[in-house]
Amino acid sequence: MIKEKLDKVEKLVNSELSSKISGSEIVFEELLFKTSTSEIIDVIKFLKLDERLKFKQLIDIAAIDYPNEEKRFELVYLLLSIENNLRAKISIRLETNEKTQSIVKIFPSANWMEREIFDMYGIRFINHPDLRRILTDYNFKGHPLRKDFPLTGFNEVRYSEKEKKVIYEPVKLEQNYRNFDFSSPWEGTKYLKEIKESNKK
Amino acid sequence: MKKTKSMTLNFGPQHPAAHGVLRLILELEGEIVEKADPHIGLLHRGTEKLIENKTYTQALPYFDRLDYVAPMNQEHAFALATEKLLKIEVPIRAKYIRVIFCEIGRILSHILNVTTQALDVGALTPSLWGFEERETLMTFYERASGSRLHANYFRTGGVHKDLPTKLVEDIGKFCETFPKIIDDLEDLLTENRIFKQRNVDIGLVSKKDALDHSFTGVMLRGSGVPWDLRKSQPYECYQYLKFKIPVGKNGDCYDRYLCRIEEMRESIKIIKQCIESLPKGPIKTVDGKISPPNRDDLKQSMEALIHHFKLFTEGFRVPAGNVYSAVEAPKGEFGVYLISDGSNRPYRCKIRAPGFSHLQAMDYLIKGHMLADVPAVLGSLDIVFGEVDR
Repeated sequence: MIKEKLDKVEKLVNSELSSKISGSEIVFEELLFKTSTSEIIDVIKFLKLDERLKFKQLIDIAAIDYPNEEKRFELVYLLLSIENNLRAKISIRLETNEKTQSIVKIFPSANWMEREIFDMYGIRFINHPDLRRILTDYNFKGHPLRKDFPLTGFNEVRYSEKEKKVIYEPVKLEQNYRNFDFSSPWEGTKYLKEIKESNKK
Repeated sequence: MKKTKSMTLNFGPQHPAAHGVLRLILELEGEIVEKADPHIGLLHRGTEKLIENKTYTQALPYFDRLDYVAPMNQEHAFALATEKLLKIEVPIRAKYIRVIFCEIGRILSHILNVTTQALDVGALTPSLWGFEERETLMTFYERASGSRLHANYFRTGGVHKDLPTKLVEDIGKFCETFPKIIDDLEDLLTENRIFKQRNVDIGLVSKKDALDHSFTGVMLRGSGVPWDLRKSQPYECYQYLKFKIPVGKNGDCYDRYLCRIEEMRESIKIIKQCIESLPKGPIKTVDGKISPPNRDDLKQSMEALIHHFKLFTEGFRVPAGNVYSAVEAPKGEFGVYLISDGSNRPYRCKIRAPGFSHLQAMDYLIKGHMLADVPAVLGSLDIVFGEVDR
């Protein structure tokens, strides 16, 4: 039942937007369209406003970091159509410093979602009304959800009795950060510090 | 007329009516709010980053700490997403147990919200009465999982342990007595003159705006959109259960309050049905590669011992793919967009928290209202900072 509905939507969108969609798939009964940064506004507008589709709700925007691939970032827009009881995903790929269009004009709720992505990944959105950091601290540096950002971060905060205020310091680890990466439990984990030390030798 | 200058007011981050750590920068023209700019992130713990560094089993407890008023509902979304990727079926008894505890979570959350919303507009008694019931419900959590709040009870493929028989009986007894408490709360609030003055026609949301601002759950239903994932995209055993979806008419704070009260009554009905037809059988998938063996087998069987060792060191591997699965959490649609690269850890786990979109609309909701309406609107949004900040 849901499979047929998805097939129909897939065919409809592909035929209406054939030049704008670069691929589509249905996996786990979830519909995914691939498109490009230049077309994303048109695609989302079409999905929202078309009388047959009515994807009137933007559920979320997810960003994913693939540091080893040429187009490093992926943005996935999750849409929901309440009238048709269907979901759709739209994916675009971005290079490291590539900017993309903001969709705040189409969905006001995209405002904070895009701010979050900017905060976490450093992806910039053109025509965003207020692109500030949102979740991290004031004056925070770096983009924490990028794969090359260390889990421990760079700065730590503590209250200094001497200065009578909260101060920022570089992270000092008393012991190795224990990363239980047992891809094979028989071999155990290699620790960063140990690897660094063995490299020095 | 005297000329007035607009004033900027800093509301929070420590304010009892902010329901946590919210910093709200309000621009006031006299007593009228011109603009609201919420600053969030004061409770940001980097949950998504942490999850990327943990195995699937270790990632689950982080979900308790998102919306800590209804922990198991969050766990549910993650468990469903992993199961979808693994393509495993959950035993029927586990489904019923999950539904029972999700509905308990809904009641937990709604009691907290309804009573604190009343507290924000000046009524103290409801919260005293309501919290007593929350305590009872949390002992149910404790008896099933071992802890009152951070349950860590759901597992990929089922739940951690079977329920003690006496517990099912006691939940049944609670279902008999609790409607009376809801009646009492309603006696205090529903027709209360002050409560109505503070809530009726405050924070109005039209149908179109509710959709545009990505509202889900009660925020959407309060505006008259009959949308509930338990009905429209049923998961677990919701399709076998009989319950109604209360829908509001005007989309104001008062309608949202009424929706929550009715939802509690419906939740009680759901729990009752689940207890009546609670099937017997296993409570987690029997696949030894995913769910750990029980203690008895560990002493007897070499295979069980190996499975146990592998599961608690390496964890299970999830085939590559990406899925979005959502549940109807008390606050709205709580979703997990999970991406696996085939290893034993999630490659990316995007958490869709309903409160994030709701709080975002604060500026739209409060514009033109009086300063005193800020706590009332904030209360009816049902914000918990654990999930907004993640």
